[in-house]
Amino acid sequence: MRKKYTLFALGIRKKTIFSTGLFLLLFVWVMAAGIFIAEDALMVDLEQTFSKPGMDHLFGSDWVGRDMLLRTLKGLSISMRIGLLSSLISAAVAVLFGIIGPVFGGAADRCISWLIDFVLSVPHTIIIILISLACGGGLKGIVVGIACTHWTSLTRVIRAEVLQILHVEYTQLSRRFGKSKWYIAKEHMFPHIVPQLVVGVVLVFPHAILHEASITFLGFGLPAHEPAIGVILSESMKYLTSGKWWLAFFPGLCLVLLSLMVDKIGNNLEKLWNPNTAHD
Amino acid sequence: MKKHTLGKFVLYRLMKLVTLLVALCIVTFVLLELSPIDPVTAYVGADTKVSAQQRELIAKHWGLNKRPAERFWAWFSSVVQGDWGTSMIYRRPVLEVIGEKFVSSIVLMMTAWVLSGIFGFFLGILSGVMEGSWLDRAARVYCHILISTPTFWLGIVFVMLFSVKLGWFPVALSVPIGVIQSEVTLWDKVQHILLPALTLSILSVANICMHTREKVCEVMHSEYVLFAKARGESRGSIIRHHVIRNVSLPAITLQFLSFSELFGGAVFVEQVFSYPGLGQATVQAGLKGDAPLLMGIVMISLLFVYTGNFIADLLYVWIDPRMKEG
Repeated sequence: MRKKYTLFALGIRKKTIFSTGLFLLLFVWVMAAGIFIAEDALMVDLEQTFSKPGMDHLFGSDWVGRDMLLRTLKGLSISMRIGLLSSLISAAVAVLFGIIGPVFGGAADRCISWLIDFVLSVPHTIIIILISLACGGGLKGIVVGIACTHWTSLTRVIRAEVLQILHVEYTQLSRRFGKSKWYIAKEHMFPHIVPQLVVGVVLVFPHAILHEASITFLGFGLPAHEPAIGVILSESMKYLTSGKWWLAFFPGLCLVLLSLMVDKIGNNLEKLWNPNTAHD
Repeated sequence: MKKHTLGKFVLYRLMKLVTLLVALCIVTFVLLELSPIDPVTAYVGADTKVSAQQRELIAKHWGLNKRPAERFWAWFSSVVQGDWGTSMIYRRPVLEVIGEKFVSSIVLMMTAWVLSGIFGFFLGILSGVMEGSWLDRAARVYCHILISTPTFWLGIVFVMLFSVKLGWFPVALSVPIGVIQSEVTLWDKVQHILLPALTLSILSVANICMHTREKVCEVMHSEYVLFAKARGESRGSIIRHHVIRNVSLPAITLQFLSFSELFGGAVFVEQVFSYPGLGQATVQAGLKGDAPLLMGIVMISLLFVYTGNFIADLLYVWIDPRMKEG
């Protein structure tokens, strides 16, 4: 192999760990920054409406002169909190269904498979709109909606893993010893699926924030007075034809970068956990 | 023997479709029942001249004062008989509205579907055959970024760039404004559909491309390709005779399985481009509380997605020679 000369002579594994740590730090920073930006930092400044991106306003300013960078940060932070909450909920559902299905087998397994087919047979956007309507919109609607639609893929992964463990000798042995199904699920299954679970949660997260922004953009998510990314982008639609490109461009770009970053964290973790790819 | 199993398979899928549809009817009804939408307000709109007494009469006329279970049964039995109710915002039968919107949506979706299928497939083959090259790396980065991009944002950026800045495409709608229906030329329609279809297709390229690439890499590392190389077959011949044959069926199947994302994406694209299709009708129905239309659209979306999945399954049975023997 060709030898590479780099500034820091780090191994590939170390590099992966380093970049994961860096991304995590950035993630926490954006989330915290959004929380700590006070309302009065987003002051209305009618002398600086629609100023182009520049030194004063890095991302430009909007129709009442608010700084787009601060609005974007605050919006991202809200999206991240919603994303975290809903991916954790869908992970919990996935663990429950993924273990119950194979362990109890029979009717329970068929029910869960049917439920997965059911959720996958209607476009996610439509289901989230319906659930959001049922909850009367707002934060609750969007979190429940995303959680209800994003558990399926992770459930399949966990189900496959559990099925495999179920046929391994030590679980067979454990059953012959008269251990209960609950004991087997808790002691034999759960520790094995933790890595998959963590990676799964991280990889569901980008989908969750993209869906949150999308649904809010359509008008079914967070109300218009919240500084969410979806709200910012749907506002920018009004100025679409008047050449105010920065209103939509930077917030959307930040959203894409954020979801790329989290996706990278997930893939890195998967790589590090799996001994076959840990040094690739 | 084979015909028998195929018939059984079709019957099984049809039964499953019925269970899914009935369950969907119940779930949709319950969800809309839970929602704070008031059908009478949705019907009369913001008109304040309607008195409380008149409201009551409307409610009575529709049977809104009955128990939810009774109402569900009344609605469900009329849906089974083919009467899907009247849309409150269009004031026309739901099936009629859906039929009209579906036609304009299907043109958009199918254009995007074909474009993304062809482009994704060829990009996948190219990057798989040239594994590790700069083209392969560029294709992978491209797909990776696309997966993380929300459809509606891409649509906004495209409108700003191609329609507003460069003026290559009209900004919105499916036909020019202020032109009589009969005078709209085919070119007008093509011009209006191109940018939305492009937006919709670009995002679904990623899925098909990555999948095809993986399959191609697998085939290229196989022993029969090694043997073909040893025989002195050219690269083009290997691609034609070994790669495409093995890769095309999974790719086509995958493309049929993507109907769900296609429909979801169309909702956003139609919203950004003000394209008058089913997706825009969904958003309008949801925002204005048009329950009959929304329920109709939900069921149509399930039928649409299920048809895609069904065709994908059938293709495996019909086209793949290996399945015929087994």
